[in-house]
Order: sequence, then C-alpha cells, then structure tokens
Amino acid sequence: MIKEAGQGMKENYLLITFPSIPENVGLARVIVASFAAQLDFTLNELEEIRVATSEAVSNCVIHAYREQSGEIQLELKIQDETLSIKVIDGGCGISDLDLAKTAAYSTDPERMGLGLVFMESFMDQMTIESQLNQGTQVLMVKKPERSKDSNDDGQ
Amino acid sequence: MNLELKQNGRVLTVVVSGELDLSTSPDFRRRIGDELEQNQGIQHLIFDFKETSFVDSSGLGAILGRYRTIAKRDGKVSAVNVPPHLVRLFELSGLLKVMTIDPSLEEAEKYD
Repeated sequence: MIKEAGQGMKENYLLITFPSIPENVGLARVIVASFAAQLDFTLNELEEIRVATSEAVSNCVIHAYREQSGEIQLELKIQDETLSIKVIDGGCGISDLDLAKTAAYSTDPERMGLGLVFMESFMDQMTIESQLNQGTQVLMVKKPERSKDSNDDGQ
Repeated sequence: MNLELKQNGRVLTVVVSGELDLSTSPDFRRRIGDELEQNQGIQHLIFDFKETSFVDSSGLGAILGRYRTIAKRDGKVSAVNVPPHLVRLFELSGLLKVMTIDPSLEEAEKYD
C-alpha cells in the first residue's frame, strides 16, 4: 500500500538536555506525552508512555548519578508513525544488566525494582546500552495500536 | 502532590492528589511516616486515589514502605477510588498481594 503524505507520514524530533534532579522527572513526562500526542495513541497508551519515561529518567537521577549533579539528554523522534524515546546519561553505568532487569531487584530497599519491568511492559521495544563509568543509553519504541491495525488492513 | 490526612478511630485515610513520583515521594513518606509514628493507635491505612493523576515505581515503593509499618501493627492497607491505569500498575507490581482495593471508602472504613 502506498501511503499518501499527510497526517500519518509526519516526522518530528526534539532534543533536550536538563539537569538530573527529581523535579525534572515530571517535566520529562509532560514533554514526552505532548510530543507523543502527535501520533494516534489512546489515553491508555499515553499513560504507559508517561510511566516508562518517568522510570527511565528517574533511573538517571537515582542510579546513574547517585543523586549527584549530572545531565540527562532526551531525544524524541517520530518516524513511520512510531515514537522513539532515547534517554542518555553520562553516569556510572550498569555493572550487571541482566541482574538490573530482574523484577524486584533494587539497589535501594525503599524501591521496588520495577522501573525496567514497567519500561519493558509498556513499550513495544526497550534496549539498554551501558558502559561502566561512561553512561547509559535507553531506547524505547512504541507505535500506536490503532496505527498497527490500519497498516495491517492495508496490506 | 497534596495529601489530606484524616484519622477516624484506628483508621488513617490519606487522600492523594496530583502526582506521586521521585520528586514527591519523599514528602509522601515523611508526612504519613510522621503521622504513624506520632499516633501509635493507627492500625489501618486507606489510600484514596480519586484525585491522583500519576503514580510510578517510586510512588509504589513509597506506598509499600507505609505497608511495612502497618503490617507490624497487624493492620490492613486498602485503596479506594483507584483509576483503571493505576489498577494495572498495582497488579503488575504485585502490590495487591498486600493492599486490597475496596469498592468504596465506606467499605474500607469497616476495618476499624
């Protein structure tokens, strides 16, 4: 099926850098949700994107920089009716990625270790690249279910 | 985030308004923790989420932390007016193993 240029074909991107402080977690959620709303996401899907974003940025604040000052880079992209969210930090890195992905694993007893679980559950794809003492890059991808349906119908 | 704490007998009801995340959970912990510490007669905790717009794993961790205090008092933690997206988070997190969702505040208040 050949798609016409228009609503479904739009591409967009946004790059933003901000200090790794807890107050900016909510800010990141608002930015990502507003950006994502350009696609045909349901309210429920937008809520999932908000949670995944919150987890990724919170991880930078808590773990990457261990509540010290640092910078978080947020790269958002819309391409092929798909949202990509990249969250990049220059922090301590993750020593054992498999262990970090384990549900209920947390380095802090007051936390539930669910951040990565939510990010994986709520997004279509989630990949992490990390290097010790260099930083971590999280890429999360999600396409609106309604767009997947319309593409399927047309093929 | 704004918290409204109301005590009725052995039950403390906490109405959570706004967003419960990394930036607001320390205040959530402190306010409820102080209340539980100052009033050892509180045995049950009810969270009213009707005005809660957002919760993530930091918020869930803060809720779980308060459960630990209540569990030591052989009490119960209950949630009322839970929006559908929060029900899903609660289910995924396993929090519903220790916190029940009650259909109404009146129902939850029967714990007293």
